[in-house]
Amino acid sequence: MSRTHVRCRINGDDAEFLCDAGDALLDALRDEMGLMGAKEGCGTGDCGACSILMDGRLQCSCLVFAPEAEGSSIVTVEGIADGDRLHPLQQCFLEGAALQCGVCTPGFLVAAKALLDRNPDPTETEVRYALAGNLCRCTGYDKIVRSVLAAAAVMQQGKEEAAR
Amino acid sequence: MTITDQRPGYRYVGTRPVRHDGLDKVVGKARYAADLVLPGMLYGHILRSPHAHARIVAIDTAAAEAMPGVRAVITGADFPELPADDPERNTTRNLMARDKVLYEGHAIAAVAATSQRAAKAAAKAIAVTYEVLPHTLDIREAMAPGAPLLHDDVFTTGLDSEPSEPSNVANRTCYERGDIEQGFADAAVVVEGEFVTKAVHQGYIEPHACVADTGQDGKTVIWCSSQGHFRVRSQTAAMLGWDTARIKVIPAEIGGGFGGKTTIYLEPLAVALSARAGRPVKLVMSREEVFRATGPTPGSVIRLKLGAADDGKITAAKAWMAYESGAFPGPWAMLGCMCVISPYNVENFLIEGYEVVVNKPVNVAYRAPSAPMAAFAADTLVDEIARRLDMDPIELRLLNCPSAGDQAPYGPKWPRIGLRECLEAVRDSDHYRSEPAPGHGRGVASGFWFNIGEASSATVNLNENGTATVVTGSPDIGGSRASMALMAAEELGIDVYDIQPVVGDTEVVGFTDVTEGSRATFATGMAVVEACRDLKRQLCGRAAVMWDCDSDEVAWSDGQATHRAGEHEPLALAAITAEAGRTGGPLGATASLNARGAGPAFSVQVTDVSVDEETGRVTVERYTTAQDAGTAIHPDYVEGQMQGGVAQGIGWALNEEYIHDADGVMENPGFLDYRIPVASDLPMIETIIVEVPNPNHPYGVRGVGEVGIVPPIPALANAVYDATGARIRELPLSPPRVLAAITARNGDGG
Ligand code: FES
Ligand code: FES
Repeated sequence: MSRTHVRCRINGDDAEFLCDAGDALLDALRDEMGLMGAKEGCGTGDCGACSILMDGRLQCSCLVFAPEAEGSSIVTVEGIADGDRLHPLQQCFLEGAALQCGVCTPGFLVAAKALLDRNPDPTETEVRYALAGNLCRCTGYDKIVRSVLAAAAVMQQGKEEAAR
Repeated sequence: MTITDQRPGYRYVGTRPVRHDGLDKVVGKARYAADLVLPGMLYGHILRSPHAHARIVAIDTAAAEAMPGVRAVITGADFPELPADDPERNTTRNLMARDKVLYEGHAIAAVAATSQRAAKAAAKAIAVTYEVLPHTLDIREAMAPGAPLLHDDVFTTGLDSEPSEPSNVANRTCYERGDIEQGFADAAVVVEGEFVTKAVHQGYIEPHACVADTGQDGKTVIWCSSQGHFRVRSQTAAMLGWDTARIKVIPAEIGGGFGGKTTIYLEPLAVALSARAGRPVKLVMSREEVFRATGPTPGSVIRLKLGAADDGKITAAKAWMAYESGAFPGPWAMLGCMCVISPYNVENFLIEGYEVVVNKPVNVAYRAPSAPMAAFAADTLVDEIARRLDMDPIELRLLNCPSAGDQAPYGPKWPRIGLRECLEAVRDSDHYRSEPAPGHGRGVASGFWFNIGEASSATVNLNENGTATVVTGSPDIGGSRASMALMAAEELGIDVYDIQPVVGDTEVVGFTDVTEGSRATFATGMAVVEACRDLKRQLCGRAAVMWDCDSDEVAWSDGQATHRAGEHEPLALAAITAEAGRTGGPLGATASLNARGAGPAFSVQVTDVSVDEETGRVTVERYTTAQDAGTAIHPDYVEGQMQGGVAQGIGWALNEEYIHDADGVMENPGFLDYRIPVASDLPMIETIIVEVPNPNHPYGVRGVGEVGIVPPIPALANAVYDATGARIRELPLSPPRVLAAITARNGDGG
């Protein structure tokens, strides 16, 4: 069986990889591209540990076939920071102790970024529903939700300062 | 919020620095076991039993071995059988089935091949002939005469007379004191009930994973996700019949364990496959395998009877407690017996426990194992007593609260404990002092867990520039590296970020027991403190060399060596390490110890719930938990442990359960149907850290990891009763069950 050649953009860089038609994008990212940030917690779309942004949309990469990535622009947790400058979500997760074992963290950061990209000032309830596709077994979500709200506030403040 | 007895003026202990390993985890760089790729690495796949109970008649691997890409195939026959009295005998028979499979998911054979797909296809091509046997999944059924027998060599121990027939009941435990007849005769109120809980899974998000690389020298290196890599080494050695010196285990970052990663499933298989193939082998479980073959924690049936005098004093307790073990016996019933009435002083009691094997995966510890089911029974009945006597449920608990010097039901005298302080903290909280919203029900419960000490080692090395590396053998499952760094910073008087905390592999640090029993910050922290104190003595000695004086003339204070008589300017740590080459060489210290006096943990919790009377859905509206941490080294992670435990307890109470079909096959082996709480299911979880220092730890630490999961089940069940008037004694409190209870209540004219 010949393998499919896929071209796309990953975290701002041109990328290409080979895959089989039935491969999950998650496996292509991890095994072909060496991007180990996205994790496999279930492989069935139920835990969100494999969350990525594909053309700006939040996706479980375990449910996307690798060939579907052709021509798309993908963001993984490795692409959230701006060079050495952490994204406010990353900074707030650190300061707010929003991670214990940390295996769910890449997925939460990506999902939270998807939320803040479309709703920069969410309520606690909106945060809870936006993150309901991501499982965390360690934290009880309290510190995660607080950290997302804190990041939203930091980003709002940043915008206001830039406007001034 | 923190309520402290009295805390000395610490500089670092009790602060909240960003953890050292945090950055890697937010940028996706942290390496978990499944993230490792080695050159030439093969992929493994495990064939598992489709039957709950069957005799293995034959295994034919020839077809699989002949398939393209296949490099090794192994079965149970590749592992030595251990003698009947070997403590790891059941581990090896769980690792790979021998003559019988004992549960659906039991491993039969394993394959290593050049790709995941090839390994899977080859595993499928292994032909196994089974003779299917009747199975048993239910405690009461498994205990009954004539039940299908799992083992013909298990005879009940702990009975008055030696049994002549084998049984599914592995043992009976008994704790007894006083005169329960008299105790119940003295009671003004007697309450009793039977409580039933289902098996539930630890539910860590990272499936089990490992890579093993066995060299031609017969040595192997294992990278794995575990709560204790020294135990992985010893168990793997036992399974293979190898000398431990041939095995090196490197701990990867671990994606949650909660007790479920205190034993091995994959490592010996990966080593055996790798030895046969001569290449590294990676084994990663799917989520389905995690559910079918690892964990869970026992289901239980508990009958409890309590009597209380009219002032609320509990006069007698009688308990009959049966816990599932899964396929091989464990300590679960005994642990339940030890916990069930521990938050109460009761003079007359009889507590009996039965450990029952059933055709389910071998049970493994899950956060305060066996205590939550016991608390479900005890704290539900205590709530009933409070209602019958029209007493406040916290006042009733305060009246019965043990304190230092009282005798615990399982034998020892209580040391200084913080239960009373936790009860008072909840009583005085905003939450408890506010009225529940109209229509909401409120429930209170308490919980106990022992905590353990065990063996720990630490090595602390000082670098030339005055920074330090702290190496311990405790895998960091929830922020313990930061706690180690904080204690070292406090001791040495250097900044917490000048300390690099590291989890060392089995060859760079001394033996350390598993991270379990809430022991890491307590016991391993003690080893870190001891090593640092040794270093301070050495530093004083070096200052004496530099000053050309006697070392008695030097004292260590506030991160520097000072001359007692003030004849020299104090020397900072970095000034001494810079000169170390000249004064005697590198500075380092190691401490290994067996920590004792872990300090029992207590938690008291209150919750408000609403119940949809149309659907039976329970919504947790508010939750507050108070817990005695002794001293919170890093309060963020103490709160995190408290909140995580509560969330798991809420899942257990409201949703989670193993469901099997008539053939004993698990029907919900995935997160869609085995539903753990998500963010939108929960409110914020308010925490009150109570600090009653543990006198046996240099900073007063008590373990904080486990007890938080104990009170949620009864707290929620009591709140559901308060909201609906329906007493539910079976878990989970899922919508159909709650709805049925509400309907029955209505039928009763309730
Ligand atoms: S791994 Fe993709 S959702 Fe769980
Ligand atoms: S931090 Fe462990 S699963 Fe979320």
